[in-house]
Amino acid sequence: MSERILMQGNEAIARGLVENGCIVATSYPGTPASEILSSVMAWRDAEHLPMHVEWAVNEKVALEIAYAGSQAGLRTAVAMKQVGLNVASDPLMSAAYLGTRGGFIVISADDPGPHSSQTEQDSRLLAMLAKIPVLDPDSPAQAREFTALAFELSEAFQVPVLLRPTTRVCHACQDILPVAVRKLDRKADFRKDPARWAATPKFRYRLHLELNRKLSRIAAHEPTAPRLLNPGLRSSRAVVASGVAAAHAREILASLGLWEELPLYQVLQPYPLHEAFIREVLTGYDEILVLEETAGVIEMQLRDRSRVRGKISGAVPEAGELLPELMEGILAEFAGRPARSLPSPADAAGRRPTLCPGCPHRASFYAIKKAAPHGIYPSDIGCYTLGLNLGGVDTVLCMGAAVSQAAGFYQAYRVAGEPRDVVATIGDSTFFHAGIPPLIDAVSQGARFVLVILDNATTAMTGNQPTPAMPLPGKVAVPIGQVVEGCGVQFCKTGDPLDLPAFTRLLGEAVRFSREEGVAVVIAKSPCLVDRNRPRTRRPQVLVGASCTGCRLCTSQFECPALVFDEETGKVTVDLLICSGCGVCIDVCPSGAIMKREEPA
Amino acid sequence: MISQQLIVSGVGGQGILFITRLLAETAIAKGLPVMTSETHGMAQRGGIVISHLKIGTFSSPLVVPGRADGLIALKPENVGLHRYFLHDDGWIAANASAALPAAGELPVFAVPADALALEMKAPRSVNLIVLGRILAEGGRLFCSYEDICATLERKLAAKPALLQSSLDALRAGGNAAK
Repeated sequence: MSERILMQGNEAIARGLVENGCIVATSYPGTPASEILSSVMAWRDAEHLPMHVEWAVNEKVALEIAYAGSQAGLRTAVAMKQVGLNVASDPLMSAAYLGTRGGFIVISADDPGPHSSQTEQDSRLLAMLAKIPVLDPDSPAQAREFTALAFELSEAFQVPVLLRPTTRVCHACQDILPVAVRKLDRKADFRKDPARWAATPKFRYRLHLELNRKLSRIAAHEPTAPRLLNPGLRSSRAVVASGVAAAHAREILASLGLWEELPLYQVLQPYPLHEAFIREVLTGYDEILVLEETAGVIEMQLRDRSRVRGKISGAVPEAGELLPELMEGILAEFAGRPARSLPSPADAAGRRPTLCPGCPHRASFYAIKKAAPHGIYPSDIGCYTLGLNLGGVDTVLCMGAAVSQAAGFYQAYRVAGEPRDVVATIGDSTFFHAGIPPLIDAVSQGARFVLVILDNATTAMTGNQPTPAMPLPGKVAVPIGQVVEGCGVQFCKTGDPLDLPAFTRLLGEAVRFSREEGVAVVIAKSPCLVDRNRPRTRRPQVLVGASCTGCRLCTSQFECPALVFDEETGKVTVDLLICSGCGVCIDVCPSGAIMKREEPA
Repeated sequence: MISQQLIVSGVGGQGILFITRLLAETAIAKGLPVMTSETHGMAQRGGIVISHLKIGTFSSPLVVPGRADGLIALKPENVGLHRYFLHDDGWIAANASAALPAAGELPVFAVPADALALEMKAPRSVNLIVLGRILAEGGRLFCSYEDICATLERKLAAKPALLQSSLDALRAGGNAAK
C-alpha cells in the first residue's frame, strides 16, 4: 500500500495492531471503541492473516482470552470502552502481577463529555490501580504509532500496557499511510510455570515487589518519555498536555501567538510519569499548567501543589470534555493574555435521541405499559434505554442490572407486604453479557417479575455486532430460550412485538404468572431495522385520515418520530422521509385514523 | 496550502458521516491533509449529529466556535443551533424551504432537499442534494463538483445503482441553484 487513506482513529488502532503482528484480538462493543475490532477483522480478511479475532460475550472474557494468548507468547490485544474495563478489571489487576510474555495491549476508550456513556471515568486511574503503564494518544495517527510502542513496552517489561484513546481520537478521521504487516513468525508456546501463572498469595507478594521494580524502570523508558514540542524557549511558565488536549494546545498556542513563548510538553505515558521529566519541570519553571482528560493523573504526579495548575488546583474543570474553546480561555489566562470572547451556542432545545421509526422496541415498551400500567420498569444499556422517552424505562444502572434490580425491587416490596408488578427490559447482547448470573440468582431466590428480552438479533447501538445467538459459519449458536430455561425459569415464551395486540396479551399472561409463581421471561423477537447485515424490505407506509382527533396519544405515548403533530391543522401527519411502514401505530390510534397506504413509497 | 474548516450538521440517519467522509476523501485525493471528528453512539438514533471537518495543516480534530468557514445544515433548525461555529465571513448551505432568519447577515445557499428527495423517491439522499447545492456555488468549498463526482465514482464503483442515484441527488441539488 502506498496511498494515504482516510482512517478513523479506531481503524488506525486496528491497523497498528495488525501491522505489528497481533495474532489474537478480542473485544466487546461499546462506544467509542466499537470499530476497533471490526476494523481488525476487515484488515485480517483483506490481507488473509492467520488470526483469532472475536466478539466476546463480555469484556472480562475478552481480556482473559487475549491474555492467555500473551501467556502463550503471542502478541495480543483486547479493546473495550471505559466502563467495559470495570467489568474486565478483575483479570487485569491479576495479570499485572503475573505479567505477560507476548506483547499484550488493553485498549480502553474513554468518553469525556460523556457523549455515549454512563460515566466520564478516566481509565488512566485504573492503570494506576493496576500498576501498569498507560499511553495517551492525541490523534488517529499517533494512536497507530502507539500500538507499536505499546507492544515493545509490554515485551520489554513483561507487563500489560493500557492504550487509552478518547472519543476525539477514536472518532476522528485522518489521512494515514498504512505500512506493511510485520510477520513475527511466532507460534503458541505456553511454558508451564505454576509458581508464576498460578501464584499463591506468598508468591503474589514477590510478584508485587517485581511489578514495583518494573514500574520504576518504565518511568525511565526513553521511547515513551514526554516530548518538548517547541524547544529553545526561555520561560518561567510551561504547559504540559496529553491526549487530544495536546493536539488542541498546539493549535491554540499558535493562534494566540504563544507558540514562541510558552514551552509545550506532550506526555505520551501519563502513568508512570517519567521521573526525569518530573524533576525537569519542577526545577525549570515557576508555574506549570497541566491539560489532560478527564482526571488530574499527570497533575497529581507532579508533586508540588504550589506551582502546578490543573484539575486539582481548580484551574481546569474536573468534569466534562476539555473542548478547545475552553482550553483557549485557560491558556490565555495562564499566559496573562486577554481572552477572546467566543460566540456561544444558541440556547435552543436540542433534539433528543429516539428509537428509530419502526423499531420493534417501541412496540415492546408500548405493550409493557398496557400490560402493567402501574409497574416498575428497570432497564439496561443499549438502544432500548431510549424507551425512557415513552415512559417504559425507570432505571438504567449498568450492563445486566435490569435483571438484578427487578429482583431487588421485588424483594424490597415483598418485605413491605405491598407487591408491585415489575417488568424489566434487557437487550439480547446485554443479556448474554451480564444478565445470566442475576437471572439464576432471581430464580433461586424466588423473585417474581417479568423479564422482557428484547431480541433484535444484533448488538444494535454499537453498529450491529453479532450476539452468541446468531448462527454464523463455523460457530455454534446459543439460543436465548435454552439459556433462560437452563437458568430454571418456568415461564419462557416468545412473541413478535410488531403484532401489538397478540404481544400485549402475551405480556398480560406473563404478568399474571409473575404475580403468583415466579420469574416470567418473554422474548420479544423482531429484527433491528437498521441492521446493515439484513436486506431492507420496503413496506407500505401509513397515512393519517380525517378522523384524527389530534389527541396526540401516538406522538406522546408511542413516540414515533415519523408521526408529527401539525400545530396548524391540529392533526397528526406522517413524515414520509422516515416512516418505515411497520404499521404498529395503526393499532395504537384510538380513533382508527391511521391506515396503510396503497403501495410502498 | 488550502485551509478550510467546515461543520456538517443534521440528525441521526441523514448521512452526515457519509458526506463528511466523501469530502475528506476528496481532500486526500487532492493531496490535502485532513482531520474530521464524528458523532457516534446514542446520538445517532435521531439526535443531533455534527461533524467537524478541517482541511489543511491542523492538529486538533475540532473546530473552535467562530472559526468555521462554512456550515452545511441538513435540517433548517440546525442553522440556528450551529451558526455560532462560523466566523464573520462564513457561509451556510441548508436544507430549507423557507427563509432562515437564524442565518442573520451570512450568505445562505438553501435547497428544499426534503421535497426534492421525496420527489426523486430517494428519501435518504437529502445529504447529497444539499452538498450539490453548495458545490454549484463555485469557490465556496475547497473542491469542485467534478472532484466530488470522482470520489463518489471511486467509493461506489461496486454499487452502480447507488452510484447513479447519488450522482442524481448531487445534480438535483446543483440544479436547484439555477
